[in-house]
Amino acid sequence: MPVTPEVLLSRLEGALGDKLVSGRVALGEVTIEVRPEDWHDVAMQLRDEPGLRFDQLIDLCGVDYSAYAETGRAEGRYAVVMHLLSVARNHRLRVRGFCADDEMPVIASVVGVWAVANWYEREAFDLVGIVFDGHPDLRRILTDYGFIGHPFRKDFPVHGQVEMRYDPEQRRVIYQPVSIDLREVTPRIVREENFGDVGHG
Amino acid sequence: MAEIKNYTLNFGPQHPAAHGVLRLVLELDGEVVERADPHIGLLHRGTEKLAENRTFLQALPYMDRLDYLSMMMNEHAYCLAVEKLLQVEVPVRGQYIRVLFDEITRLLNHLLWLGTHGLDVGAMTIFLYTFREREDLLDMYEAVSGARMHAAYYRPGGVYRDLPDSMPMYEAGKYKSAADLKRLNANRSGSLLDFIEDFTNRFPKCVDDYETLLTDNRIWKQRTVGIGVVDADRAKQLGFTGPMLRGSGVVWDLRRTQPYEVYDRLDFEIPVGKNGDCYDRYLVRMEEMRQSNRIIRQCVDWLKANPGPVITGDHKVAPPSRAAMKNNMEELIHHFKLFTEGMHVPAGEAYAAIEQAKGEFGVYLISDGANKPYRMKLRSSGFAHLSAMDEMARGLMIADVVAIIGTIDIVFGDIDR
Repeated sequence: MPVTPEVLLSRLEGALGDKLVSGRVALGEVTIEVRPEDWHDVAMQLRDEPGLRFDQLIDLCGVDYSAYAETGRAEGRYAVVMHLLSVARNHRLRVRGFCADDEMPVIASVVGVWAVANWYEREAFDLVGIVFDGHPDLRRILTDYGFIGHPFRKDFPVHGQVEMRYDPEQRRVIYQPVSIDLREVTPRIVREENFGDVGHG
Repeated sequence: MAEIKNYTLNFGPQHPAAHGVLRLVLELDGEVVERADPHIGLLHRGTEKLAENRTFLQALPYMDRLDYLSMMMNEHAYCLAVEKLLQVEVPVRGQYIRVLFDEITRLLNHLLWLGTHGLDVGAMTIFLYTFREREDLLDMYEAVSGARMHAAYYRPGGVYRDLPDSMPMYEAGKYKSAADLKRLNANRSGSLLDFIEDFTNRFPKCVDDYETLLTDNRIWKQRTVGIGVVDADRAKQLGFTGPMLRGSGVVWDLRRTQPYEVYDRLDFEIPVGKNGDCYDRYLVRMEEMRQSNRIIRQCVDWLKANPGPVITGDHKVAPPSRAAMKNNMEELIHHFKLFTEGMHVPAGEAYAAIEQAKGEFGVYLISDGANKPYRMKLRSSGFAHLSAMDEMARGLMIADVVAIIGTIDIVFGDIDR
């Protein structure tokens, strides 16, 4: 039987000690935050500690928090989020680490801990621009050959920067600045709490 | 003796066995693969970025287009993530319908996998048989949602509408005799559930037929036994899930270990392999089809006996009925707000995973309380499986690369997103 999220959190607190910046249980999921300098050591511990045994890295992604709730988050702009699964113990965990430098986000690579991290880290580098220190082969993965920029950053427009077409005069494919305008049909709105309840306004 | 040099071969992106747009750069020593470097992203559409600029409901149809062979399952994971954030309950009948269509989708996926995997390694006939059954399954999709592939049938809070009471019938035409028409429409005279029930009666025999074509086929075994072997520990390291993990002998199925919807009330078994090669993964998937058929049958029996609502009554999440909307001002406002501004999802983050046909498909949603997701990350099993391509193909022949591509069951819609 899997342990409850609360039990798992207390085990994590016991195992990680002061490497754990914060930990909480929300919606039945456990989320912990760690410092970027402890990233690799924590990953090792999470995999090998007998009560934790997170033997699978399910997902790893970069997040740009600069527009979160309009103001961003105090901890920093870029974060890396891992989702771990323990097949042996049947529990899940989310680990987040904020990169120290907003200009040049760097965090340690966990390829040595879980081999599958290779492509996930390449993806986070490609799309969000996070550099993974110690990664054996940090190339772009999803975007075009010769692509410039990191498309999942919040300051990257959704319609992109360049478009590609065949130029009959030069008789080759060329890149040029996009000719379409950004169109927002439904604006993004954050409502205050209890909006629309009876008696409101 | 002539000096033999290594050379590099570009496999794809337009190779018929590349299942879409895989570009595989193979470094070869003669016919032996020294290194395989998959170049992906040729189908990258930025689904996650697009979803950040759409309301929660507008983002849903994009899910069908991820893994375009198991459409409704992708919607399912997305709906579960939104429901987790919203904390809404799905009515039990809605849950059964979801499980029913999840398993229909699993059959759709496995049948296409079986046909094309066979075709890749030289078994032509199997393809024709599996597509015959797929046609019936696609008719079920069409009957329930109006679309054969991109259904957009699951919605946050339930499913869009209840199962129809009648199946569409074949119509008379120049090329169909009266006798043909009668035969074709024989199982379509009742409701959709009757049609599905008839299918579950026929299907085990069909799986037997496929097995006679392949399971003991000498050529099939020569091409798959001992190819792409991954042991259990390595499979976990490489992030394998679903049939790829079970083929290596790990008993792990989210439907059993972390049950969602009503899977804990259903009776089914989890097949596992032993050797972790292409042949074992084939056997696992074949048995999964039989088990899916069992689940479908149980769902049909339950759904026939238990009518009820299929979507939540919370009109901040699900639209009100048309009749109510035309008679009631408040319902009209709900409808208008829901389809213009969309639903507001409380701030927070959630990860919801389901046992998709290919492995674990997960949706990680971050919401800051707006009507659009702040960040969405889709975890597709194919991405992790393909990243193990290099390790699985190393030291094998070029022809085995094709068998490995087949066994991974790759679809570029969800790898490239």
